[in-house]
Amino acid sequence: MYAQLVDTGTSKLRSLADMSPEERAFQQRIDADVKVEAKDWMPDAYRRTLVRQIQQHAHSEIVGMLPEGNWITRAPTLKRKAILMAKVQDEGGHGLYLYAAAETLGVSRDQLIDDLHAGRVKYSSIFNYPTLTWADVGAIGWLVDGAAIMNQIPLCRCSYGPYARAMVRICKEESFHQRQGYDIMLALCNGTTEQKALAQDALNRWWWPSLMMFGPPDADSVHSAQSAQWKIKLLSNDELRQRFVDQTVPQADHLGITMPDADLKWDAERGHYDFGAIDWSEFQNVLKGNGPCNRERLAARVKAWDDGAWVREAAVAHAAKRAKDRGDRHVH
Amino acid sequence: MADAVPPVAMTGDDALLDYLLRLGDSDVVLAQRLGEWVGHGPVLEEDIALTNVGLDLLGQGRMWLTYAGEVEARSCGRGRSEDQLAFLRDGGAYRNLQLVELPNGDFAATMVRQFYFDHMHLSLLRALTGSADARVAEIAAKAVKEVAYHVERSDDWVIRLGDGTSESHMRMQQAVDRLWPYTGEMFAVDAIESALIETGIAADASALREPWLAAIDAVLAEATLTPPTGEWMQGAHGRGGKQGIHTEHLGHLLAELQFLQRAYPGAQW
Ligand SMILES: [Fe+2]
Ligand SMILES: [Fe+2]
Repeated sequence: MYAQLVDTGTSKLRSLADMSPEERAFQQRIDADVKVEAKDWMPDAYRRTLVRQIQQHAHSEIVGMLPEGNWITRAPTLKRKAILMAKVQDEGGHGLYLYAAAETLGVSRDQLIDDLHAGRVKYSSIFNYPTLTWADVGAIGWLVDGAAIMNQIPLCRCSYGPYARAMVRICKEESFHQRQGYDIMLALCNGTTEQKALAQDALNRWWWPSLMMFGPPDADSVHSAQSAQWKIKLLSNDELRQRFVDQTVPQADHLGITMPDADLKWDAERGHYDFGAIDWSEFQNVLKGNGPCNRERLAARVKAWDDGAWVREAAVAHAAKRAKDRGDRHVH
Repeated sequence: MADAVPPVAMTGDDALLDYLLRLGDSDVVLAQRLGEWVGHGPVLEEDIALTNVGLDLLGQGRMWLTYAGEVEARSCGRGRSEDQLAFLRDGGAYRNLQLVELPNGDFAATMVRQFYFDHMHLSLLRALTGSADARVAEIAAKAVKEVAYHVERSDDWVIRLGDGTSESHMRMQQAVDRLWPYTGEMFAVDAIESALIETGIAADASALREPWLAAIDAVLAEATLTPPTGEWMQGAHGRGGKQGIHTEHLGHLLAELQFLQRAYPGAQW
């Protein structure tokens, strides 16, 4: 998902009997659905894992501003431009909430941003794909925000209070984004032949990467069991992916466009759609930095940060001068 | 550029249409420039705040252009929509100030451009809340609250960056000086505006210059920046953006803004 591969630092689950008394009490509270708050004792591995997960999520929001931001100046109507600007702005706000949630765990935003810029921490693979046409803005809202909601609704119930509360705020806005994206697709599909072709082309390019957003298959997800025990991951990658497919296929039917998957078919027995094999080598490659836009995305973030250094320094210097003025006045 | 300079004799509605385009085009063009910043701001909070200003301006621009289309319909039977006006006019028919079409430059240039514009914008809108045209007064009243906040924000940044580090001070002084020649046009009144001032519809922009100067000077002083003294003003002699005469930059801005509507004529989005 927005946090696709979170290292929990543990290779096997431990039973309550193997835990220290503190850990046992902690796990029992989680089992009883009591929220963990910032000041509560927590195992180091829980703290570290959460920092990584929330951080990956925050970075995804911020890097995710870039592909759609690419179309702000070219939006086809003033209304669509306003909606898109507000949407990308919302994603920045999501980043802020999430950095703030991570900061409750004892890290600073600057540190986290440094991790991103140095390539030590990932963001979602999906944002390494290019937005080539206006239809991509529709496809991202529909599919990418749609997949994000699928993953984030359960996280509203996760064990860490500040993260859970951030997710509640974020989910409300994401569902707007998804509707707005679908509305763009609908307008294209009800439009000219050329417009409908743009919509189909966008679906062709975004469908598989969207399925990859949920992360590797459960069989290969080494850290999921620990995260599940801690209730910072409530549903498995494959469960979420299946839900997403089941929800999205009828929406594509309604648009009159088709998923680029010859194996996609309704399985009446399972009560789910079957779908074709995902090319996990592509996913691994994108994570390694070889996606079409990895370098550009990171370079754009680093450039914004570096270009803004003098602004941030000046703001700090000015605040210091003002504080000193106040201090001087106080003395005299 | 035959269509750049409007004909001298205009009916009331023709002049009003032109005036509404002046108001709306400056908003839309500046919003377009601020849209370029989204995702690239110096710090996340500012990215979000700058986008807010852009969204306000875009919303105001849409109100002015929508009304412009209604006035056009009233005067010649067929009015254009906000999108037809924004996406299907070439540069010579755009009536925005040259100041707002200038490229963003660094954050200093963006904030100084905003600072110069916001102060004029606020007093212009305040004056327009008393317009004899009810719709103009109504739109101005809606916009004025937003723009009062823009002024506060711009002042704050001018002061922080002017009186920040030596680098920020230098960048700000350069921006203040470089953009100065584009401020004169804001207060230049031509025949179209004069006619509308007489009927109480338009605000007398020339009367806004002194209070604007005083406000700007006060903020610059607090920011430890030197007020520019250059006399020459671009586009202030009846041959500026308000008359359809622009810098080289507007064409590029419109090429981007209008791309989809031009590439797929008549499509609905
Ligand atoms: Fe988001
Ligand atoms: Fe979103």
